Amino acid sequence: MPEEVAVGCARPTGGPVGEEPDSTLTSEQKTRKEVRSMIKVGQKAPDFAAPGYQKGKFINIKLSDYLGKWVLLCFYPGDFTFV
Amino acid sequence: MSIDSMFTHKMWDDDELSKMVDGGVPFPMLSDAGGKVGTVYGVYDEDNGVEARGRFIIDPDGIVQGYEVLTPPVGRNVNETFRQLQAFQLVRETKGGEATPSGWRPGKATLKPGIDLVGKVWKEWKVEQAFD
Repeated sequence: MPEEVAVGCARPTGGPVGEEPDSTLTSEQKTRKEVRSMIKVGQKAPDFAAPGYQKGKFINIKLSDYLGKWVLLCFYPGDFTFV
Repeated sequence: MSIDSMFTHKMWDDDELSKMVDGGVPFPMLSDAGGKVGTVYGVYDEDNGVEARGRFIIDPDGIVQGYEVLTPPVGRNVNETFRQLQAFQLVRETKGGEATPSGWRPGKATLKPGIDLVGKVWKEWKVEQAFD
């Protein structure tokens, strides 16, 4: 589950984890990749790691840590907006 | 999850959200600087550098069961999200033996998919049930 992290001056960030995207894609494959813009229901949620804040602590989270639980993943345009 | 840093999340929670929710937001507020995760989920708007209002329901096996994505000016309906979550949980508990027709909410009748139901949904489910 969430792992607490020490506060530093850098702005940590996360990203997809798991299979590395193939960097040797042909231009045709790259075009296909850009067209695929939405994930599909009934398929695996792409795993990711991300830093965050929860109840007074800075944490690191991986989506796959939550296997076995229901997850609501919500994106929003920015802090200080509504949900 | 948004493109804001975890430091901004802390300030927002400390200064504003804790005034709306006692003790602040209980769940993790995640940072997706650069929109890398949002890109994979198809909600990152590269031109504006922000993420759309995307909401994904992910089951205990890590499977996406549903999602909703709105442009920034319109907020979500949290009750509808919970209704869908309860419906997916019921379907999972019954191992697909029950399905939740339009308008279903907890306590209302479900359908039992099978050969006997083919052509007989009209007997089991009325249009009014979609709206009541």
